[in-house]
Amino acid sequence: MSAERQLPILRRGEPYTSVELEPLCDHRTGAVLAQVSQANSGLVSRDLCHQADCWAALQAISFEDAVACCERAADIFMQDELPLGDENQGPEEFVAMQSATTAMPVAMCRRNMTKIEFMLREMKSVLRGLSADDRLCGESFRADGGQDPAYVPRGHSLGVVLPNNSPGVHALWIPAFALRVPLYLRPGTMEPWTPYRISAALRKAGYPAAAINIYPSGHAAGNTLLAKAARGMVFGDAKTTQTWAEQGTVEIHGPGMSKVLLDVEAAGDVDRYMDVITRSIAFNGGRSCVNASSVWTPSGGRELADALARSVATTRPTSLDDPAAALCGFPNATIAEAIHAAIESGLQVPGAEDITARYREGDRLTRVDGTTFLQPTIIWCEDSDHPLANREFLFPYASVIEVPADAMPDRVGNTLVATAITTDPVLIDRFYQSPEIVRLNVGPIPTCEIDWTQPHEGNLFYHLLQRRVFQYEAMPA
Amino acid sequence: MSDLEKRAGLAKVDLDAWTREVVQWHFDPETGCPFWLNFRAKLDWDPAAEVTCFDDLARFGEFQDEWLRGGPVRRWVPKGYADKPIYVFETGGTTGVPKYRIAVDDFRTDYSLFSKGLDDEHFPKGSDWLMLGPSGPRRLRLSIEHLAQVRGGMCYCIDLDPRWVVKITKKGRMRELEEYKRHVVDQALVILRAHENVKCLFTTPKLLEALCEQVSLKQAGITGVFCGGTQMTPQFHRFAREELLEGAAFAPTYGNTLMGLACHKPFDPVDNYSITYHAPQPRAVLQIVDPDDSSQVVPYGECGRVKLTALTKEFFVPNFPERDEATRTPPCEAYPWDGVRDVRPFSRLQSQVVEGVY
Repeated sequence: MSAERQLPILRRGEPYTSVELEPLCDHRTGAVLAQVSQANSGLVSRDLCHQADCWAALQAISFEDAVACCERAADIFMQDELPLGDENQGPEEFVAMQSATTAMPVAMCRRNMTKIEFMLREMKSVLRGLSADDRLCGESFRADGGQDPAYVPRGHSLGVVLPNNSPGVHALWIPAFALRVPLYLRPGTMEPWTPYRISAALRKAGYPAAAINIYPSGHAAGNTLLAKAARGMVFGDAKTTQTWAEQGTVEIHGPGMSKVLLDVEAAGDVDRYMDVITRSIAFNGGRSCVNASSVWTPSGGRELADALARSVATTRPTSLDDPAAALCGFPNATIAEAIHAAIESGLQVPGAEDITARYREGDRLTRVDGTTFLQPTIIWCEDSDHPLANREFLFPYASVIEVPADAMPDRVGNTLVATAITTDPVLIDRFYQSPEIVRLNVGPIPTCEIDWTQPHEGNLFYHLLQRRVFQYEAMPA
Repeated sequence: MSDLEKRAGLAKVDLDAWTREVVQWHFDPETGCPFWLNFRAKLDWDPAAEVTCFDDLARFGEFQDEWLRGGPVRRWVPKGYADKPIYVFETGGTTGVPKYRIAVDDFRTDYSLFSKGLDDEHFPKGSDWLMLGPSGPRRLRLSIEHLAQVRGGMCYCIDLDPRWVVKITKKGRMRELEEYKRHVVDQALVILRAHENVKCLFTTPKLLEALCEQVSLKQAGITGVFCGGTQMTPQFHRFAREELLEGAAFAPTYGNTLMGLACHKPFDPVDNYSITYHAPQPRAVLQIVDPDDSSQVVPYGECGRVKLTALTKEFFVPNFPERDEATRTPPCEAYPWDGVRDVRPFSRLQSQVVEGVY
């Protein structure tokens, strides 16, 4: 491995080295791991002018071949040395680099690889799940007779502005390869590794290179990408995603505000569900939109907060190389400091208490082995209007609030995943009817337990394709 | 001493002489403007007598841009020009009460001087121009029109309101932004298709990109592009030369309503597409200063905040901290005084709480 690997822009699969390079550094040492070419907005926009050509070229392979490429790419992604810029990169180096630039523990990076692997390997079942059409993968993607379903593209490109938080989320856009929609990606500044590796694996598996475009860049080029691509997908904070929410062509992946909701019976037997709730908050270092950021209970809130605080406080910062590491760090310490300051500021408002402060070793903001961490934090809030009650941060953080069970469905608000621990059929039905809950788990299922064959936040299949009625009758002889 | 060093020394002598002349004009009760004469009344020193060279302007301290906001604008009109027709131009593309500068002939002088640096092969005399940039209360439209006229051509203009662009950008209405850009470019396409003598183009980087997505400059007959108005990165510069211009000459500039326009050091591949600008000295001077102490010029090769001094008899603005930062570069053959390279928006790191997991 050279000291400074070059990560080029990929334009229809061809490398393009920019005049402007951004160093990608090991957050602990400052060592430059790669120089990343930066795309200007005009270049992205100009390439997207040719999206229809790119799409047409991609139709040269069949749907079945595209799916087969994905399936072959699964092993390649997990095992092979793959081209990355001007050198190759193996899986061990991949997770080491990813950990170094994102401050996610190596073991966690490795676990996230398996999410990508699953998505590639199980592409048929994933598409069946997303489309809810069993015939989709059995015969031909494009029906050619009778009244079989036919699907038409809603556009000739998918532009995706990708996140840095957790590499597993890349699984969400992978089905676009199988659906033969050209991809235009703006990778996260600290985590370009996964999109490059997925693309390299697909190419090695025989997928047409021309359909893959990757543009490391600033926000302006990302905005251009979303504005010019026929269909878009954006991961971002509330402000970023709000910009695109009303555009109609962009699928939004914003803050999850996922919640665990207990009914009266569950609240009285909370010890049974402590593992489920703890896992919902802390799994994957609390870095996912499916991590719970709030726990609602009709009673015993302080006691629940206390028990949860004792539970999550056992998750301690450790070296990123520790195989048992369960907490992610912050590659940019100033972000951790700002989050810490925001929580401290919120605690100045009466009605909230950081219960974890009683149990954790050291301060919330701490530094271990050259990495800055925020230790898990459980905040007891006296009511749901407190400034800390409905917040989501990039570490294991949750508020605990007392809310009457029958008021929960009306007050739940936008919630990506709600785990409702209840057997009350009326309450279940009201949660089921709530348009604000995207994914609903009924029973002791951690919020982070994801079935990738089910739609997530939106449905990529129907974001990219629409069903068309197709009728056919042979011409009279 | 090299020839360039000699010429740089002469340029400094000229600058000092011009500084004395301009300061004496603005602080003479017979010729100066009310603003500077009132300013003088509060000083315990006499600029007209005590400013003997450019460096002495440091005694004024930083110019406050709030002084340009609001009225009465006539406080900026020198008594020496009281009987002349006065233009009032607004600066910036932001909302709120605008900043103003007055002008008599400065914009014509600036662009006549700029014209002398344009090559006649690519910016042919007698050809017409398309002004694809901000219109309205800015001096740019009149300036480009004058440039076309002084070179024997006419100038076709379009309507573009940059404040609307800022407003919808701040609101995140990106599709609307694209639609507006398309609306502006459509106006340009109509002109290009209807008037075949249009060979020269003024535009901004973004509009150049947008125009070239709709038309080949070569097929449209454009042979010279004068570009300015916003930041131009090295990557944009390369992209423009390799993928947009199709052989047309490229004249990038850095300027604003206060300064006029700074010309670029001629393209040289060894610069790796970095653009270096040189102010129209002695009428304006650009310095790169320590962001924490604007009286300290940074060494060559170092980055700092851009500081502008505008020095004409129509308008005197000493030590104006611009909203840009850049790298200081030494004099070059074409311009024997300091230059500024890689101009970009001035930014101080500001921490921001990241809400949500992305």
